Amino acid sequence: MIDPHIASAFDRDLETIQAMLMKMGGLVETAILEGAEALEHRDLDKAEKVRSGDKAIDRLEEQVNEEATRVIALRAPTASDLRTVMTVIKISANLERCGDYAKNMAKRTTVLAETPPVGSASVSIRKLAREVQLMLKDALDSYIQRDADLAMQVIERDEDVDQIYNALFRELLTHMMEDPRNITPCMHLHFVAKNCERMGDHVTSIAEQVVYLVTGSMPDDGRNKQDATPYMTDEGL
Amino acid sequence: MNDMRLLQRTQGMNDIKIQANGVDVFYADNHAIKDVSVEIEDKTVTAFIGPSGCGKSTFLRCLNRMNDTIDICKVTGDILLDGEDIYDPKVDPVQLRAKVGMVFQKPNPFPKSIYDNVAYGPRIHGLAKNKAELDEIIEKSLRRGAIWDEVKDRLKQPGTGLSGGQQQRLCIARAIATEPEVLLMDEPCSALDPIATAQVEELIDELKQNYSVVIVTHSMQQAARVSQKTAFFHLGSLVEYGETGKIFTNPEDSRTESYITGRIG
Repeated sequence: MIDPHIASAFDRDLETIQAMLMKMGGLVETAILEGAEALEHRDLDKAEKVRSGDKAIDRLEEQVNEEATRVIALRAPTASDLRTVMTVIKISANLERCGDYAKNMAKRTTVLAETPPVGSASVSIRKLAREVQLMLKDALDSYIQRDADLAMQVIERDEDVDQIYNALFRELLTHMMEDPRNITPCMHLHFVAKNCERMGDHVTSIAEQVVYLVTGSMPDDGRNKQDATPYMTDEGL
Repeated sequence: MNDMRLLQRTQGMNDIKIQANGVDVFYADNHAIKDVSVEIEDKTVTAFIGPSGCGKSTFLRCLNRMNDTIDICKVTGDILLDGEDIYDPKVDPVQLRAKVGMVFQKPNPFPKSIYDNVAYGPRIHGLAKNKAELDEIIEKSLRRGAIWDEVKDRLKQPGTGLSGGQQQRLCIARAIATEPEVLLMDEPCSALDPIATAQVEELIDELKQNYSVVIVTHSMQQAARVSQKTAFFHLGSLVEYGETGKIFTNPEDSRTESYITGRIG
């Protein structure tokens, strides 16, 4: 680890912001997991817990931004300190969006609980959510450990998320073509799946910020986009 | 996008004004500057930063041979101004210092009138043929020193009667009255309040249109604000030299990082 600052209060300030960010990350991880569990088990209490829990995530984002602004104004951070403050602001925005997606997943669960289950889609969604949550955990670990290699692995794993989402997209389309009564639940399930896929993108963005924090430059965007659904039709399903 | 901004910055690259190659400075047995090589650009503000005793002021003083006045000081290596060795025996240090002006930490106006302070250099170098020409040089220098409006009605009053910030701008006006090509500034703002500091910084920014400015400063924020190039000195060595934005966001050397982020390095 790098040496401490001569002004130890500066270290305390930076540690405080990063601790808030990690607390935020923990809340988002839980929201993703519990949101997916609530969906699979049609657990409305858990869904309500995820919905109401989003307020705490939003509040933390505000606090992180306030503290980061204060540090910029009072301490004029440079070099890695500056990158720490800049990435904290961006990562908190990514986490806040993930929280919103989890909340949206919980909202749709209340509608989906009223409709008959469609195939094994909610199991696949839980798998997808689980993968995103694990990526987020590793992204946050890579942040705390300043581990650019781990962050790069997280970025690559977003392809797996995209592939699970592609498969779900096909599955849901098939169910809708089989029986129009499936359209309402499938539309909601598709939004939930899309939310998870978007969360994967936000986690990827967090991992990119970690690479920037550690190396001073953003990673090359050499990754192939695996989301093929913009070009998908109902032919050949 | 990064590449484009880098391109825009480097397109503004200027000619080399001062080139130092393998410069060593000794004060008797003390090896104060160790093998420093650096290229200082024309029409650019270059900042020297580093902890106390790192050699930044010593190196600055080599650039106009201010160290000549110290008997035990020995300078080796080459320092070229526009390609010509300033330590060549044929070079007259007085003429050199007319080309390479200097402003010091504490404002040090002569105990003379404001007018005579600025007139001193042009008079000894015979830059004015008559009183009218001298008046013109005085007004131009004081205007460039951003102090004309404050002193134009009191040119006959002593320079020492001005405020600290005004005295420092008077000293800058005095330094530029001889039309130097390079202006060396050794902590020019450390005795000034924030308003006077801002005025001097604004002045430095204007001066770079015409001069190569080299500034030694303990304030890293000041270096970041005024300079385009920054050199970090540590224990007599030049550790890192590069574009100021790069040095303050992503320095190459861990010692630079430790220093600018305020860590024990």
